[in-house]
Amino acid sequence: MIAVQIENLWKEYRLGVIGRGSLAQDFQSLLCRLRGKEDPNSEIDIMGGGTTERVQNKRFFALRGVDLEIEQGDIVGIVGKNGAGKSTLLKILSQITKPTKGVIRASGRTASLLEVGTGFHPELTGRENIYLNGAILGMTRREVRSKFDAIVDFSGVGTFVDTPVKRYSSGMYVRLAFAVAAHLDPEILIVDEVLAVGDAEFQERCLGKMKEVSEEGRTVIFVSHQMNAIESLCTKGVIMEEGRVSYQTDDIRSLIRRYLVGDVEELDGVTLWTNDKGVCQSPYFTPNSFGLYLANGEQAPFVVRNDEDLEVRIEFEVKMEDPALCIGFAVYDEDGRKVFLTCETDAQDGKPERVRAGRHVSRTIIPRHYLNEGLYTVKMAASLVNRMWLINLYEEDVDFRFRIQGGLSHSAYWTKKRDGVTAPVWDWQLEKLGE
Amino acid sequence: MVGKSMGSPNTDTPERWAVEITPHRRIFSVPVGEIFRYRDLIYLFVRRDFVANYKQTVLGPVWFVIQPILTTVMMVFVFGKIAKLSTDGIPQVLFYLGGVTLWGYFASSFNKTATTFQSNAKLFGKVYFPRLVAPISVAISSLITLAIQFGLFLAFFAYFWHNGKVEPNATVFLFPLLILDLAMIALGMGLLFSALTTKYRDLVNLLAFGTQLLMYATPIVYPMSTLSEKYAWIISANPITGVIETFRFGFMGAGDFSWGMLGYSTGVASLVFLLGMIVFNKVEATFMDTV
Repeated sequence: MIAVQIENLWKEYRLGVIGRGSLAQDFQSLLCRLRGKEDPNSEIDIMGGGTTERVQNKRFFALRGVDLEIEQGDIVGIVGKNGAGKSTLLKILSQITKPTKGVIRASGRTASLLEVGTGFHPELTGRENIYLNGAILGMTRREVRSKFDAIVDFSGVGTFVDTPVKRYSSGMYVRLAFAVAAHLDPEILIVDEVLAVGDAEFQERCLGKMKEVSEEGRTVIFVSHQMNAIESLCTKGVIMEEGRVSYQTDDIRSLIRRYLVGDVEELDGVTLWTNDKGVCQSPYFTPNSFGLYLANGEQAPFVVRNDEDLEVRIEFEVKMEDPALCIGFAVYDEDGRKVFLTCETDAQDGKPERVRAGRHVSRTIIPRHYLNEGLYTVKMAASLVNRMWLINLYEEDVDFRFRIQGGLSHSAYWTKKRDGVTAPVWDWQLEKLGE
Repeated sequence: MVGKSMGSPNTDTPERWAVEITPHRRIFSVPVGEIFRYRDLIYLFVRRDFVANYKQTVLGPVWFVIQPILTTVMMVFVFGKIAKLSTDGIPQVLFYLGGVTLWGYFASSFNKTATTFQSNAKLFGKVYFPRLVAPISVAISSLITLAIQFGLFLAFFAYFWHNGKVEPNATVFLFPLLILDLAMIALGMGLLFSALTTKYRDLVNLLAFGTQLLMYATPIVYPMSTLSEKYAWIISANPITGVIETFRFGFMGAGDFSWGMLGYSTGVASLVFLLGMIVFNKVEATFMDTV
C-alpha cells in the first residue's frame, strides 16, 4: 500500500521580496519609482544577473516537479547536496508551508521532527515540557501520560524530571527532547537530521528506536548527511538534485555510491582538481590544486596499479597565518565508506611545522599495497580546528577520483580482488622449528 | 518496490487519503475538527502562559489583581481628583475599575494575538499544528485573567451596591454578549494585524501606542454624556464604545444605552472577526516564506 504519494510538486520562492520588511521601505521604493530614480531597495541579484534553469524572472524554484511514491513500512532516506531541495520538501510534507503546484497525499497521520525540543520552555520542568512538547508534536495528554515513564526512561534524566529544563545540561536537554519525539507514533514519521545530536551511545539508541518504528509497519522519511545512518536504517533511498528527484532505488549501497562518487560511467575524469570556481577564498587558506601523482612526479592516470606509491599534493596559498589551520583529505571507497582521513598536522615526530604565509605545496604518500582494487574518491578538507570549516568535508566537493586495478600482490594465489576495505600486503616471517 | 507491502490488508481496496496537501485553500475554512483534536495543546499553551509567567516571582498570580488596582488608583487621582472629569454620578473607583477591567481584557488579547506570528515564528517554522491554536489559547488565557479581575470588580461592586451607591438593572444579563463582542473585535483585529505584521514589521511599533491612543478614543476614563454633539459621533463610531456604555448602564445604571449602539457594536465585531479569520487563513499558508 502506498503511504505517501507526491505528484508533480513545485515550490517557488520570490527572490528579494523576502528581505523587505517595512512599510517605510515600500513607500520609499514607490516614491523613487515615481520620480524616476533607482529603487534603493531593489534586490541584490544573487545569481549575478544570469538566468539559470532554477532561477527565472526573480523566481527561484526550490522544487521542480518532484514525483515520489513511498510504500507503507519503508524507511526512505533522502540525500542530496545543500540546496537540492530536501528541506523544502520536508517543510511541505510537514505542512509548514504550502507547495506552489502539485499535491501530496498521505494515508495516515503524519508527524515531523525537523528539530528536537521545539517549543521547550526553559522555565517549565522536564515533566511539564514532556507534556507540552508531546502536544505540540500532536499527541494528546492521554497518550503522553501512557508513555510518560517510557519517555523518562529513554531520556535518562531520571530524578531531574521535576527540575526546570533551563538547569539541564545541553546533553540532558537534547536527550529529553528526542525521547519525547521518539515516542510519537504516527503512521508516517518525517525526520530531519536530528540524529546528529547526543553522544554515540544515544545515537545508537535513536537509530534502534527508528528501526523499531518501521518494524511496526510505519513509514519513515529520513533526511541525513550521515551515510552510515542512511545505510543502516533505510530500505529505500532517493537522491535529490537541483530541486528534483534524480535517482531512487531499493539498493541503498548503490545509492550511496552514486551519491558520493557520482555516475561511475561518466568518470573518466583526471586525477587533478583545480580551483576554477574559486572555492574557499579564505585568507587563512585558499586551495589552488589538489591531485594525485606517481613516484616519478607525473600526474597519475585515472587507473593506477596497487603496487605503486601514490602521492597526494595540495597546493595552496595562505595570506593570514593561523596556528589552528588544519589541512587534510579523506579517501572514500566506492560504497561511500570512509577508508581514512589524514591531516597535514599528523606529522609523526615532534611538532608539525607551522604553515606560514605564502604559497605552499603539501604532500603525502598513500603507500602501495594499502588500498584495495576499486574506485576511490579523495576529498579535501580544511579547517581552523575547533573553530570553523574552511572546506567542509561533508558538504563541499573538493575532490578527485581514481581507480586501482591490478598489482594486488606478487603472490600466485592472490590474483583477484579480495573482500575488505583495504588489501594490505604484509611481511610474514616463516621460521622452521627444530625437531 | 520492496515486497513489504504485499502483506498489508488494504492492497485491493481503493485508497483513502487521510491527508492531502495542495497549494490552494478555500477562502474561509476553519479546521474545526482539527483544532478540536489539538484541544490538549490549547490547554497546555494556556497553562504554560500562566505557569511560566509567575515562576520565580514573589507575588505570583496576585499580580493579576495588583495591576488593575494600581491603574484605578492612578486614574481616580489623575482624572478624578486633578482633572475632575465627570463619572455620571457613579463612584469613581467603580467607574474606573470597570473600564480598566474591560479595556485590559481587550488590550491584552488584541496585543498578544497581533504578535502571534512573531512570537511563534520559531515554533511555526518547525512543526505543524493548526495555527489558530495559538490565538485561541491567547484568547482563553486572557479570558481567565478577565475572570479574576472581574471578580475583583464584583467585590467592589457588591460593596457599593450594598451601600446603595449603584443600582444594577436587567441589562446586566447582556454581559456575556459584551465579552463576546470584545473578544471578537480583539481577536479579529489581532488576526488582521498579525497577518499584516508578517510583511510590515513597522506595525509592531504602532501596536503598543496605537492601543494606548485607542483607549482615549473609547469612553474608559470619561462617560459619553460629557461629550458635545460635535464629537460624540466620532467616539460612537468606535465599536467598543457601545460595549463599555452598555456595561456601565447595566451594572451602575448610568450611561448611554441603546439597542442600536449595541447592535452596531455586535455587527462590526462579527465583521472584523470574520475578516480577521479570512486574512489569517490566507497568510498562514505561506507565512513561513516571508518571515
